[in-house]
Amino acid sequence: MHIVVCIKQVPDSAQIRVHPVTNTIMRQGVPTIINPYDLFALEEALRLRDKLGGKVTVLTMGPPMADESLRKALGFGADAAVLLTDRFFAGSDTLATSFALSTAIAKLHAQEPVSVVFTGKQTIDGDTAQVGPGIAQRLGLNQLTYVSAIRSVDAENRSIVVERRAEGGVQVLKTGLPCLITMLEGTNTIRRGSMDDMFRAARASLTVWNAKDAGVEDMAMCGLKGSPTVVKKVFAPQPRKEKAVQVATEGKSPAEIAQATLETLFAANPKLEGDLLKLSAAS
Amino acid sequence: AKKELPERFQSYKNVWVFIEMERGKVHSVSWELLGEGRKLADKLGVELAAVIMGPPGEGITHAINDSWAYGADLAYVIADPLLTDYRNQTFTKGLNDLVNTHQPEILLLGASTLGRDLAGSLATTLKTGLTADCTELAIDDDRCLAATRPTFGGTLLCTIYTLNFRPQMATVRPRVMAMPERTEGRSGRVIEFPLNMAEENIITKVLDFLPDVTSDKVNLAYADVVVAGGLGLGSPANFKLVTDLAEVLGADYGGSRPTIQKGWLPADRQIGQTGKTIRPKLYIAAGISGAIQHRVGVEGADMILAINADPNATIFEFAHYGIVGDALQILPALTAAFRERLGKLRMAS
Ligand SMILES: Cc1cc2nc3c(=O)[nH]c(=O)nc-3n(C[C@H](O)[C@H](O)[C@H](O)COP(=O)(O)OP(=O)(O)OC[C@H]3O[C@@H](n4cnc5c(N)ncnc54)[C@H](O)[C@@H]3O)c2cc1C
Ligand SMILES: Cc1cc2nc3c(=O)[nH]c(=O)nc-3n(C[C@H](O)[C@H](O)[C@H](O)COP(=O)(O)OP(=O)(O)OC[C@H]3O[C@@H](n4cnc5c(N)ncnc54)[C@H](O)[C@@H]3O)c2cc1C
Repeated sequence: MHIVVCIKQVPDSAQIRVHPVTNTIMRQGVPTIINPYDLFALEEALRLRDKLGGKVTVLTMGPPMADESLRKALGFGADAAVLLTDRFFAGSDTLATSFALSTAIAKLHAQEPVSVVFTGKQTIDGDTAQVGPGIAQRLGLNQLTYVSAIRSVDAENRSIVVERRAEGGVQVLKTGLPCLITMLEGTNTIRRGSMDDMFRAARASLTVWNAKDAGVEDMAMCGLKGSPTVVKKVFAPQPRKEKAVQVATEGKSPAEIAQATLETLFAANPKLEGDLLKLSAAS
Repeated sequence: AKKELPERFQSYKNVWVFIEMERGKVHSVSWELLGEGRKLADKLGVELAAVIMGPPGEGITHAINDSWAYGADLAYVIADPLLTDYRNQTFTKGLNDLVNTHQPEILLLGASTLGRDLAGSLATTLKTGLTADCTELAIDDDRCLAATRPTFGGTLLCTIYTLNFRPQMATVRPRVMAMPERTEGRSGRVIEFPLNMAEENIITKVLDFLPDVTSDKVNLAYADVVVAGGLGLGSPANFKLVTDLAEVLGADYGGSRPTIQKGWLPADRQIGQTGKTIRPKLYIAAGISGAIQHRVGVEGADMILAINADPNATIFEFAHYGIVGDALQILPALTAAFRERLGKLRMAS
């Protein structure tokens, strides 16, 4: 079974700093990581391969240095890696991103038929959760988002049963292969790569495709040109003008402070007392 | 210079809100969006439509009536037994056909699991722009939708346009917009639309639905009063001080992200940018520093009371009331004071 996992290299958001004057992101020196949500997709793909046999190909679209993340994925045990990189891809929104990725997946499929495409639930930078559904629509794959567990795969009859997180419960869905799965976080733990995998990853030669290699015919579908959304401005949130009114605490006991707080809150909103009475009676 | 919309898009008119109905119940985010959609439609001088999809029956009738109460002028209804459960294929097909036939200029959906699943595929079939998780929607001088959303984990905001494509699509998370007031006695036009599908052509089957056991318990996003704790509480055991106060107030409780990451609280209790957005009447935050990612999830609260040992904590910059002190002492004192006060009131009434 051929499984494709889409991973995105993202800045480690915990370390992002914003320039206090210009409001621009200071990317310099910010380390990049595999989008954490994508590791759940990768692990699930590796488990499927281990059970059913076959091959896991990881795919990313990004700048040349995104090969770092692909190598990490190979180190976890993926079998092949493809880097999609081209200046035509720069400035892609989700529509253009799903176009580029789906074109590359179609090419991979022509080389070796693909049964399942995995993506993460969302990224930590763009954070839209739109790329997975975009790929599924473009390739006509059965779309399974927010999957919390894969119950079974019937390779012979080309079907799969999964649990999908829905509002207020879990849907158990059965659909046909090929399908696209966006994997929910917290569903598994990424394995430690074996020594062999690590060595292999370090030496592996990655497949690098530009837009043409990947099979893109119309460059106007890519990058900024192929993106219907336009970012008009980026700005810092407005600070609130007034600061918190402080309850006096000097020389007071906690009980006195608490009493004074109640008086302050109830004076500010006379309805609050009645609301609380109702709520506490109901619970 | 003002950009003219390509001619083929000039027929796109009206603001639509997708009414999310699962198992006969409408998700409140849909009403919140009707409230917001009403303002956009008034600004544009066009009509506001509710799009209702589901199995024929009472659920749809209720959804239509509620749509009038929350501000819709018309309702597009696709009633078909095949829409009993949410499935991507059926809903994408129905909504795609409806959009291509009746052509809205703006289409809003909730950023729930259902809404994101549907919006992502629909924007692709329509080949249009989709802005995710907006916190503010406005109409600019060119009659374009200006959709503002947090970026880079909430540290900045950006405003995104879909200039040359229609409809302009956006999703909004639950509770980010205020719930509109109901207006009884309003009504509007119903326009029915066919689905034109047969079960044998739908590849995905719903084998089962397992409702959440806790779903009626953890309803943080919709709680009227919320008490939350942060790393400042020092240990998971000290969260009892938070739950004690919550219990006395009939409140729900939650925590900042690190308290979830440390396993002090389950994931569905995280408040903030990557957790729940809340809009309570009263929010009490104890031992929380007030990082921007936390702030964006709580700013809709009518009243915020912060308890922090550090007089310079960021949270005092957006809280309405502050107590500088040790949460481990203040929380139990507040619990006792509220218990006594509410007890007295109960006796008197
Ligand atoms: C701050 C900010 C806000 C943005 N807002 C919007 C917006 O509202 N609408 C919009 O259309 N675009 C938006 N974009 C652009 C968008 O982030 C890019 O198009 C990006 O390439 C993909 O979207 P995402 O990061 O949201 O991915 P998501 O849709 O959240 O990603 C889901 C999954 O798709 C896969 N995936 C995503 N990107 C890649 C990739 N490059 N290579 C391989 N796999 C990938 C991963 O498995 C990932 O887990 C925004 C970008 C930024 C930086
Ligand atoms: C992409 C991204 C998404 C994020 N999403 C979220 C999110 O959804 N929600 C969220 O909350 N955070 C989120 N964060 C994390 C956020 O940036 C902060 O790190 C986090 O909110 C801090 O949590 P805290 O206030 O509990 O801890 P700290 O920042 O460590 O603050 C602890 C506070 O407790 C005070 N304190 C200490 N002892 C006492 C005492 N005895 N009594 C009273 N006060 C005391 C201290 O003065 C301090 O202000 C996100 C971060 C990123 C990068």
